[in-house]
Amino acid sequence: MSKVTNIIVAGLGGQGVLKGTDILADVALRAGYDVKKSEIKGMSQRGGSVTGDVRFGKHVFSPMVSAGEADFLLVLEPTQVEPHRYMLRPNGVLITPDAVSASQLPNKKTLNVALLGALSAHLPMTEEQWLAALRAGFAETFFEGNQKAFLIGREGQKAKG
Amino acid sequence: MNESNRLLLSGDEAIALAARHAGVALGAGYPGTPSTEILEHFSELGGHAQWSPNEKVALEVTIGAAFGGARALCTMKHVGLNVASDPLFTAAYTGVSGALIVVSADDPGMASSQNEQDNRRYAVAAGLPMLEPSDSQEAYDFMFAAIEISERWQIPVLFRVTTRVCHSYTVVQPRATHEAPKAASFERDIRGRVMIPAYARPAHRRLRKKLAEMQAWNEASPLNHIVQGGQSLGIITSGISFMHVREAAPEARVLKLGFTHPLPMDKIAQFVKGVSRCVVIEEGDPYLVDAIRAAGIPVEGKADMYRFGELDVPRVQRILANDLSPEPIKPPGKPPQLCDACQYRVVFEALRKHDCIVAGDIGCYTLGVLQPFEAMDSCVCMGASLGVGLGLRHVLPPDQARRVVSVIGDSTFMHSGISGLVEMVYNPPPTGHVLIILDNSTTAMTGHQEHPGTGRTLAHEPTNKVVLEDLARSLGIRRVYVIEPRMGTGEFDRLLTECLESNELAVIITRRPCILIAKQLKQYEDQRCECDAAQPATASAP
Repeated sequence: MSKVTNIIVAGLGGQGVLKGTDILADVALRAGYDVKKSEIKGMSQRGGSVTGDVRFGKHVFSPMVSAGEADFLLVLEPTQVEPHRYMLRPNGVLITPDAVSASQLPNKKTLNVALLGALSAHLPMTEEQWLAALRAGFAETFFEGNQKAFLIGREGQKAKG
Repeated sequence: MNESNRLLLSGDEAIALAARHAGVALGAGYPGTPSTEILEHFSELGGHAQWSPNEKVALEVTIGAAFGGARALCTMKHVGLNVASDPLFTAAYTGVSGALIVVSADDPGMASSQNEQDNRRYAVAAGLPMLEPSDSQEAYDFMFAAIEISERWQIPVLFRVTTRVCHSYTVVQPRATHEAPKAASFERDIRGRVMIPAYARPAHRRLRKKLAEMQAWNEASPLNHIVQGGQSLGIITSGISFMHVREAAPEARVLKLGFTHPLPMDKIAQFVKGVSRCVVIEEGDPYLVDAIRAAGIPVEGKADMYRFGELDVPRVQRILANDLSPEPIKPPGKPPQLCDACQYRVVFEALRKHDCIVAGDIGCYTLGVLQPFEAMDSCVCMGASLGVGLGLRHVLPPDQARRVVSVIGDSTFMHSGISGLVEMVYNPPPTGHVLIILDNSTTAMTGHQEHPGTGRTLAHEPTNKVVLEDLARSLGIRRVYVIEPRMGTGEFDRLLTECLESNELAVIITRRPCILIAKQLKQYEDQRCECDAAQPATASAP
């Protein structure tokens, strides 16, 4: 993959947007890519919009995804889909909470990781690399629930093809 | 590249790691987005890091450390350097014995700031060398270079970063080995360190001589480099703009400046001669382009419309294409708001009900300006609520003056509200004045840092505590009240009414810990109690 892959994760403060981009960037690093991650988090804890950009490839320059250039847009909150749709490139992939069935998740806090699971079905990193990044990103007590959520998202997306 | 040695770090974390690896003995600062994580991370890595009451004190503490021969790091956001500018300008004259790195984290586009000032101007105004990294690897590497420059020329170095360098995570390969700095030791240098006019005059000449030497050295410095490319387009750039440039114009020849004051003008002139068109790409003020043109070198700059906000790849493409058409407007996101259980909600509801004229300040509570409250009439800078409120009281007709209230948070009060309170006591308006200190026991907006009023250090360890109400009473203010605004029904409202009608000076401290960290605060308090029982605080010893 010589082209840079552009991903945007969007949601509201407190939803785990930045945790999601942490794990995404870590798994790309583990897979040997050059990675850049950019976030605006000054007011993230006050319920406002939060977005994180992750770019990976052979060599990445700007840390920011340009408008209309996102290959993937992952949105954790339905109201945040429209405000961020302009970032997606034509034929880019939009992943929303609909990608997983909420009732299956261990708890609603794991939605960010479940959607990463759905995203993972489109990306070249291996399941082992993803699980290693999850293990590094969460305390032992939270790992199991997040692993479960991740696999629910991943299998669900694969089933859809 | 050794795979196991690749770290994904933010610019802030990279600065902290380099500071640790370079043996920085003391880091001091005041929290401010996007600089806050530098000292937090430095502390987590085992470094000695402190929050000062404000940036001026932080800079003075680190000047002292550097006078003592140590390597010192001072961190702040761009507007913090305004507060610290007084010691900054004269420290350029005195110089230092060890190393002093002053990090200014600028916020072009104002992700969370009240202005987008460009602090590269401070390097020129104070006469300080300035480095500008473009990513985390450079943030790490440039810290070592900054220390080397600081020690070689015995001068503070301005380390200028921006939001996208501070808060972007990029790959860093740290150095394998680290040389320990020499031990701190005081060497008397009265003429060099005591800036009475007789000693300051030669000190100014010494400063200009150092700058001339640094400029000559900078001509061949590895901190600036050329990315080869075609002759038709040359770009001169620095900082994060370099990354956007490489993507927007991969075919261009690029002069990437890392050491941006004093500028290597011969190198720049040489570069410009070698290309048919040369454009300067920089975020914010036309700092580089003005300096280069003033040196008689013909370069293009950007149109004025690109002076506002951050640059990105599409904007750089537009600048290169001389595109002056209106830019696409981004759809608005959801603005932040006061938490549902926040004590400030009660305060702003009351202020709105009484139609108060509210001189506000900087913190979470600035959100009181938004709906549904819209109960704030000014917000200028840290601590301004007091002075602005008092000024309004002095000139407004009495029926309006009696409705003026100053509102400030606990951390902001510690930062620069105390001198405003002294002003209130010294020059009381005829109608009195009402100050509300919103005390949530933390610096909430920047991510819950400690301050002198919490009684805990940067690392959340117990220390001496400045008690707001004791401080206010010690100044002779009779009406000092502490209230939990969410308790009872209408009690805060009644107290506010009484104070507004009193025509006296009043301080109302509304105290309730920030809901977001209530759990941590309880833990810290429990630790504090255990510690208090074991050993008395030093400040209360006779």
